[in-house]
Amino acid sequence: MAKEKNIMEKIAHANQSVTKGIDPKDVKHWAKIYIMGKVYEVPADLTIMQAMEYAGYRFIHSCGCRAGFCGACSTIYRMKGEYKLQTAMACQTRVECGMYLVQLPFSPAEKPIYSVTKEPYEGNSFLKYFPEIARCVSCNTCTKACPQDLEVMDYVQAALRGDFQRVAELSFDCIQCGMCALRCPAEIVQYNVSQFGRVMYGRNGFPENKALKKVVKATEKGEYKKDFKNLLGLNMKQSKEAYKKQQATKAKFLKGGKK
Amino acid sequence: MSKKIIEITDEGNAFLEKVNELSGQVVTLCDQCGTCSGCCPMAEEMDITPSQINRMVQLGQVEVLDLEAIWLCASCFTCTVRCPRGLDPSKICESLRQMTLRKAIDYMDIRDISEKEMRRLPQIAIVSAFRKFTG
Amino acid sequence: MKKIPYYPGCTLKTTGKNFEDSAIATAKVLGLKLLEIDRWNCCGTVTSLTQDDLIHHIASVRNFIRVQEMNERGEVDDYRLLTLCSMCYNTLKSVSNVMQERPDDLDKINNFMDREEDYKGGVTVVHLLELIREMGFDEIKSKVKKSLGKLKVSPYYGCTLLRPKEVALDDPEVPTIMEDLLNAIGVDVIDSPKKSMCCGSYQTVRNPKTVVRLGYEIIESARKRGAEALVTSCPLCAFNLDDRQKEIKLEHPDFERMPVFYFTQLTALAFGLKKDVNNFDLNFTDPRPLLKKKKI
Repeated sequence: MAKEKNIMEKIAHANQSVTKGIDPKDVKHWAKIYIMGKVYEVPADLTIMQAMEYAGYRFIHSCGCRAGFCGACSTIYRMKGEYKLQTAMACQTRVECGMYLVQLPFSPAEKPIYSVTKEPYEGNSFLKYFPEIARCVSCNTCTKACPQDLEVMDYVQAALRGDFQRVAELSFDCIQCGMCALRCPAEIVQYNVSQFGRVMYGRNGFPENKALKKVVKATEKGEYKKDFKNLLGLNMKQSKEAYKKQQATKAKFLKGGKK
Repeated sequence: MSKKIIEITDEGNAFLEKVNELSGQVVTLCDQCGTCSGCCPMAEEMDITPSQINRMVQLGQVEVLDLEAIWLCASCFTCTVRCPRGLDPSKICESLRQMTLRKAIDYMDIRDISEKEMRRLPQIAIVSAFRKFTG
Repeated sequence: MKKIPYYPGCTLKTTGKNFEDSAIATAKVLGLKLLEIDRWNCCGTVTSLTQDDLIHHIASVRNFIRVQEMNERGEVDDYRLLTLCSMCYNTLKSVSNVMQERPDDLDKINNFMDREEDYKGGVTVVHLLELIREMGFDEIKSKVKKSLGKLKVSPYYGCTLLRPKEVALDDPEVPTIMEDLLNAIGVDVIDSPKKSMCCGSYQTVRNPKTVVRLGYEIIESARKRGAEALVTSCPLCAFNLDDRQKEIKLEHPDFERMPVFYFTQLTALAFGLKKDVNNFDLNFTDPRPLLKKKKI
């Protein structure tokens, strides 16, 4: 395909090589990668996940949403000639020449049971459920391992001093892939710590949004029932148009205009 | 009282060398004056006193690792400032603890602390205890 | 106002909030603005004492890098790192010394922390008490607005301010720095022979019984000489001597509670600062009845 329009099309095109098969003549660039030590030649525009499927692997685990949200496809790899151990989400990272890689299907960790409604909102709650955070040596390995580029060590430190807000804000983009927990020398399960921080902050610390409360109340009353019914009745063309209209209104609103 | 001759085995010597290396101290310098045992605030609870710990290390007696005394040291450094031979017994104790901890054997299970205590204890207590008692 | 980098430590943000608030207010009176270093992490609270254990020094070195960055940006007037908590002081100062003495180990740590700027060494650690001594106790005397004359207190140094020698802020065997400060604010200072005996420190987690024994000895020794309260600068000593009085009472039924102050709470009182900086609610044994009795 000579003319490539946008990223979505690129991905769809790359996917074809996996789902339908592709004539090797059509592939311009090849990458040599090592999956669990065995060498494979794969089209260079594939993601790690697609490359593995191209190579003949079938995922019954280590694969979920394929869109970078679920955190199931953790991969660790080293580049040829480098000492650094790197991490990636297999569905979000393109293969590169000389990657030595393996999938990590699961990070073994027990999540403590707590009641968000009954748990008091006080600093030492973190230590009660996750005493191991006191073993943190500030080595920063977790931050380096995070494929989401979060400041993991910083939020573990914030948890140690009971700062719910900082934990929630720093860990907001966590997808719970478990890389931090697998690399931690202090055996902390960081993603469970941050989840506790977020739910507790969400319930007790986050400032109440009055507009949201109003809309929830209106929804419960059934004010939007008609709109929903309309929306569900639209055909493809109509719904595309409705979406465009909504986006235009949103853009106008964000610019400062009124709806 | 009958006298007993204690032989220092090769294994014992290697143990002494290891403690010297980890602590950066020359344990054989200890002349058993007992100052450390006299000023140690924890000696009352210990099964053997700090100077006896030094003696056991000097004789290469690995059994010292199984004693409670090395874990009762609170790293208060009273012995450090008072030792007339310039030794640092707190460093000797720490290396003995480390020898066990580095085999992935912890002195305490961190889940043993009750919920109530966990809420009360200040962070510095918990962090320091975990650093000293878990590996 | 002179700005100085300030490392609070975890406990001062939770159970030791009364210490932090009163110290910041006290420092303000003395013309010092404590600039909290950003992104600080727990210092580790105890230094690792084995020669090859470098990973436990990293936490402190990381904080020094923050101070170094602050100094390079020119945000502060004093390039030293100020601490309040005795344990943080001891740990940070020990690590600072170790890094100064063993440049090879510093290199190793710098190589390990590949995402940080290199620590170049040279950050010195200073305790608020030392800064006060530098200013001179007469300076303190001139700021006193309220007489605390009738209050009989005994200073309790604990271990980490005085030992080992390399980090001590005063003579390890005959310290006077706290007495000098307390005299300057006009408190009746009671000397106690157990003022630098260990309170049991982190053994409070595993062996609270030992801590109860030591706490009882320390408090009773001061009481015998007429003290009505103890003064400390360490939140862990404060916990062991104050909160653990509950357990002491169980062991010794005729034991009477004795309040434990942070030294900055007394300076804040003497300087006539707002009462809320002292947060007496966080002192386990409420000192307010005693203060009321003494009409302070």
